[in-house]
Amino acid sequence: MMDYVWLIPLLPFIGFVINGLVGKSLPKGVVGTIGSATVGLSFLITLVIFLEFLKLPVDARSVEKVVYTWMASGAFKVSVAFLIDPLSLIMMLTVSGVSTIIHVYSIGYMYDDEGFYRYFSFLNLFVFAMLTLVSANNFLLMFVGWEGVGLCSYLLIGFWYEKQSASDAGKKAFVVNRIGDFGFLLGMFLIFWTFGSLDFKEVFALALKYPVGSGVITAITLCLFLGATGKSAQIPLYTWLPDAMEGPTPVSALIHAATMVTAGVFMVARCSTLYVLAPFSLLVVAAVGAITAIYAATIGMAQFDIKRVLAYSTVSQLGYMFLACGVGAFTSGIFHLMTHAFFKALLFLGSGSVIHGLHGEQDMRKMGHLKKYMPITYWTFVLATLAIAGIFPFAGFFSKDEILFHSLVSGHTVFWGIATVAAFITAFYMFRAVFMTFHGESRVDPHVHPHESPPLMTVPLMVLAALSVVGGFVGFPIIEGANKFRDFLAPSITPLIHHAHYPAWFEITMMAFSMAVAGAGIFVAYKMYIKRPELPEKVTQKIPVIYDLVYNKYYVDEIYDATVVEPIKNGSDFLWHGVDENVVDGAVNGSATTIGWLSSHLRKLETGFVQNYALAILIGVVLITGYLIGR
Amino acid sequence: MVVPVQYYLALSVALFALGVIGVLIRRNALVIYMCIEMMLNAVNLAFIGFADYFKAVDGQMFVFFVMTVAAAEVAVGLALIVAIFRNQGTVYVDDLNILKW
Repeated sequence: MMDYVWLIPLLPFIGFVINGLVGKSLPKGVVGTIGSATVGLSFLITLVIFLEFLKLPVDARSVEKVVYTWMASGAFKVSVAFLIDPLSLIMMLTVSGVSTIIHVYSIGYMYDDEGFYRYFSFLNLFVFAMLTLVSANNFLLMFVGWEGVGLCSYLLIGFWYEKQSASDAGKKAFVVNRIGDFGFLLGMFLIFWTFGSLDFKEVFALALKYPVGSGVITAITLCLFLGATGKSAQIPLYTWLPDAMEGPTPVSALIHAATMVTAGVFMVARCSTLYVLAPFSLLVVAAVGAITAIYAATIGMAQFDIKRVLAYSTVSQLGYMFLACGVGAFTSGIFHLMTHAFFKALLFLGSGSVIHGLHGEQDMRKMGHLKKYMPITYWTFVLATLAIAGIFPFAGFFSKDEILFHSLVSGHTVFWGIATVAAFITAFYMFRAVFMTFHGESRVDPHVHPHESPPLMTVPLMVLAALSVVGGFVGFPIIEGANKFRDFLAPSITPLIHHAHYPAWFEITMMAFSMAVAGAGIFVAYKMYIKRPELPEKVTQKIPVIYDLVYNKYYVDEIYDATVVEPIKNGSDFLWHGVDENVVDGAVNGSATTIGWLSSHLRKLETGFVQNYALAILIGVVLITGYLIGR
Repeated sequence: MVVPVQYYLALSVALFALGVIGVLIRRNALVIYMCIEMMLNAVNLAFIGFADYFKAVDGQMFVFFVMTVAAAEVAVGLALIVAIFRNQGTVYVDDLNILKW
């Protein structure tokens, strides 16, 4: 079955082609079925390959399947080839699995939309790009997927393009991603220049000959990380993600929570060999991750749009993943990536269900007491919230705890402190969202009658909820050999930490501590939003300056506008009106005018009388003959 | 009696020059045509003169070719002139300037 690995990305692509070309004339049920079935088939194939893969001995668990040579020029050779190893398999399973669920959900959510077929073809194209990204065996093919998801992100964020804010958000996502992609490209050039190859295996094998901390590897990893900050929404390039909430909610779930934004984390983990050789880059990764984690979490506290809260929590959780990679615990980063894909997709789909039930209302100030109307949405949402808050035994607990644990034992005490505070804030704002949405007094517009969503939407919620509950157990800590996830992933990852054995009481204490932190966050949220609903108002009045700052997202968008966007706009304006219109157009128009003026005089030579030409020919003949004779 | 080749050439040059002048200064397309024919015949005469001088038959052969081509040319050329006349009502080359910008 492994020979058919190329089918995995190809199937969604077929879905894209069919839906894109003829979807308009197909009934909606067929379009949705094609979209979901192609991705579902990909998932099944991945699953079969995965089961087959498990039978291989551990040291043979890296299979390359070359489909064809894409380009070959001298020493430069790139193939369309897939790498099947634990890392890519986990990513493929997560991506295709979560995508399938979201596709099914989308049939219900988008059913009334005019662009139904367009939506599904974009969604399929996205899955194609993402699967290419994670299964590629070289940097260039990975970059194809990398750009592909960026493109689909643009298409899907701006899906409702009649809305100015949506089309702006799409453009913003695209442009910000381009900045990151520029870093990725530079990194790729450097890799080829240094190692003469873009193949993962060759590059990593050659890289091992370099000393730890060598300049070129540090430069490569930093460039690649810039790409990762763009795609994975880290400081300084995170601003596109909250705006990306303009797209349909399942898109937010698929692209901006579960899969696309994880590309950066995946890439860093894929290049773990390089990152381990560059301690400085690792420090940068960890620092950016930790700062992003707490920074986005604080913003999340003060947002009222339910999707924006989730968006900032995504940024924050991605920060955790990078923190994990930065302290060398790549496995934990990928583990959190997977569990996060489950519960964040669930949170987004749950919020989509709420929005659907309230006919498009996203403001949490106009919700409340929805528990009664949407029990399934409520309970699944709560499970996901418990998971993201890090409560035992939900999925997020295991992965987040592992990250906290590794950042402490690797000696990054400061980062550990930051991440712990961020965990507290995460628990707080997530439960704030739950309480504001589902509990308390109903603030719903009296004309709106909330209702539970159809089974097509609630069943995916339940599936994801189940995954969010049990997903963490594959990485069960403490007991030797119980961390199946880490052991499985080991062949793909070059770890920095050699797992020393820590006493069980130490690990348990750590867990209890992070549970206590999360519990405290939940308790504070409960106090503020259930027990004493007047409290938040008082708190915001006490610290108006800080609240304003956080509420307005630290004015980062405005700062970027003033320092980057405006100067570029003005510069472009100058280049347009000043340079282009005057200098470039002036040169072009000037040369045309000069030629025209010259021609108007030269024209007089051309009388149009044949005899004049004949005379000229005669004179020429006489002159040439005379010259030849008299020579 | 043998006519020296110089005589042939002198006559040929004179005819050719007449033809050239005619082509250059006359305005009637028909006359220009006849002048072109005259130039061709001047060349023919030179061929004949040289053929006699060198006692070689090649020159005479060439004359036949030239005459054939000239005949064909006349056929086409006259047809063109007739067509132009029908179209424009004139064969004066000065008036045929509709392609001039």
